[in-house]
Amino acid sequence: MLATSACALALASCSGGDKASAPAGDSVSVGVLQSLTGTMAISEITVKNAEMLAIEEINATGGVLGKQINALVEDGASDPSTFAQKASKLIESDKVATVFGGWTSASRKAMLPVFERTGNLLWYPVQFEGNECSPNIIYSGAQPNQQALPALEWAVKQGYKSFFLVGSDYVYPRTANLILKKHIEKGGMQVLGEAYVPLGGTDFSGVIAKIAQAKPAIIINTLNGDSNVAFFKQMQAAGISPKTMPVMSFSIGEQEAQAMGAGLVEGSYAAWNYFQSLTGDANAKFIAAYKAKFGKDAAITDPMVHGYLDVYAWKAAVEKAKSFQPDAVRKAAASLGGFATPMGTVSFAANQSLIQKAYIGKLKADGQFEIIADSGQDIVPEPYDQLAFPGKTCKL
Amino acid sequence: MDALFLNQLFNGASLASLYLLAALGLALSFGLMRVINMAHGEMLMLGGYLAWMTLLVVPGAMGIILAIPVAFIGAAAMGGFIQSTLIRHLSARPLDTLLATWGVSLILQQGARDLFGAIGVEVRAPEWLTGSFVAFGVTLPSARLFIIAIAALVLGALALLLLKTRIGLLVRAVNQDRMMASASGIDVKRVDFTIFCLGSGVAGLAGVMLALLGPVTPNVGQSYIIPAFLVVVMGGLGSIVGTTASAIILGLFAALAQIFVDVSVAQMLLLMFVILFIQVRPQGVVAVKTRQLDA
Repeated sequence: MLATSACALALASCSGGDKASAPAGDSVSVGVLQSLTGTMAISEITVKNAEMLAIEEINATGGVLGKQINALVEDGASDPSTFAQKASKLIESDKVATVFGGWTSASRKAMLPVFERTGNLLWYPVQFEGNECSPNIIYSGAQPNQQALPALEWAVKQGYKSFFLVGSDYVYPRTANLILKKHIEKGGMQVLGEAYVPLGGTDFSGVIAKIAQAKPAIIINTLNGDSNVAFFKQMQAAGISPKTMPVMSFSIGEQEAQAMGAGLVEGSYAAWNYFQSLTGDANAKFIAAYKAKFGKDAAITDPMVHGYLDVYAWKAAVEKAKSFQPDAVRKAAASLGGFATPMGTVSFAANQSLIQKAYIGKLKADGQFEIIADSGQDIVPEPYDQLAFPGKTCKL
Repeated sequence: MDALFLNQLFNGASLASLYLLAALGLALSFGLMRVINMAHGEMLMLGGYLAWMTLLVVPGAMGIILAIPVAFIGAAAMGGFIQSTLIRHLSARPLDTLLATWGVSLILQQGARDLFGAIGVEVRAPEWLTGSFVAFGVTLPSARLFIIAIAALVLGALALLLLKTRIGLLVRAVNQDRMMASASGIDVKRVDFTIFCLGSGVAGLAGVMLALLGPVTPNVGQSYIIPAFLVVVMGGLGSIVGTTASAIILGLFAALAQIFVDVSVAQMLLLMFVILFIQVRPQGVVAVKTRQLDA
């Protein structure tokens, strides 16, 4: 491992003509690829904002290896094949050194072959379902054992023994629920129902009728994007409120709560590795900087902070590797050690995922979460859940 | 199972009323002008945004009632504008209209994105529409009851208009035989214009109803345009009775299928059902008798 990275380092510093390893001129291009339109815009526009903020801050303090960062923003349009096309455009015609972006696992899965083929590096900021481990992606969002499983543990501790799983119909909710089901069954508890709605779908009448019929102790919600608005609205209309039947959501943060109207989702639970309400100077400083740029009412979410820290981690890794070469950068990132972020000091594990804490929050009327539980210590990321995917391990 | 079945019957009726409101305008303009209006979904979107703006100005309990005429008139005006500036000049060229109205649809979506943002806005239903009633062990949300009532009212008003008024008589005449109607002195272009405005207005009204159930986004119309086309095709082109019957059949089918399968699979089954239905009965639920030679 050490030998190869030293070799890559040596190679990179020798071959000065290579575009990816030593961009010409005084700037280095990077791609920022999020959905600025479509059903995921509700979540992803702010992640783009956070990534741009980090890039601006770095440029204001001298850039990376003496080069200013030139950010090229592209719109993935909530459509996996658009993500793949734009990733390929950024890497092959714009010659970016790296790309920050993606939200849905469908978008990440669509981009993966592009990054593997071109040998470039994607910094992916969102919690996901695991069961994937590519050398060409740095996964800073939570693995299942850093969000979904801590949330399940918390629910069981509260005495919730029967579950209804509702999600958008794509790879993340399906895989996350597969993992949850294995753990629920192993614990001798019950899954009373499972329902999927196409991404962006707005008709929840059937799903809600099934929930009312099943009467679960708690609903686990893996809906993504603005389908959540329709879901909570129609739940409210059917007379089911988060107060009478708790909902644990994996993709609703402060931004989504604000856009949906916090009154609609008040009292529902969320599991993340960061909440805006976390204390600490680094977080206060980040929130202040973001609000100064994007307005005092701006909400801050977990994926935004992951997007923001990804840019800083890339900078640190480039400086450690003394190269923009993706292979050298990813190896340097995995061996960076602890670095300061708005969510505290974190570090990357050898599997290129972030070692981080998990928190459970309860949504208040003002759109902020009250943190009601945490995992205590940092959780080491495990891409492959051993109950759902026995024997699979991460090989990089 | 019984409660779930009853619940889904009710949800089917509610879905059918949405399909009907979304499809009526399409059925009218297709029946009359043989125009496939790809921008019809954007009339729904326009209605949703107009409802949102109305509620900003009149936030009280009656805001949503006021939003209905506002959305109807706003969408009708936009429909009239599109008809008189674009569709009228392309009326004899169905494929060109299809492409041109698709372009209009994209322009309207991008316009909404630039004006209101990509994230979408939320129309908060007033108190009297957020509650629910319980009957026979089934929860009936007031918002959905309201939508069913509005759809029934619109359908009734439209039937009266077509069967009992002079405008209705002209519309039926043009629908049966455009050339003969024109030859007997009916201003066919004016009838086209009126019907297009009316159809767009009804779609705008449907947009208000959608806003009660979900977010209003620049692409909200896209998720209803396909079911609306299915309803029109299955109903028999240009027949209001057929459109109503097929909206009810498709709404119930989609809702009842969801008892057994996921929403995604239910959508697939719905498409397969329509394909099979059209194979067996290509003329649709109700065949329109016309005296046109080319029909």
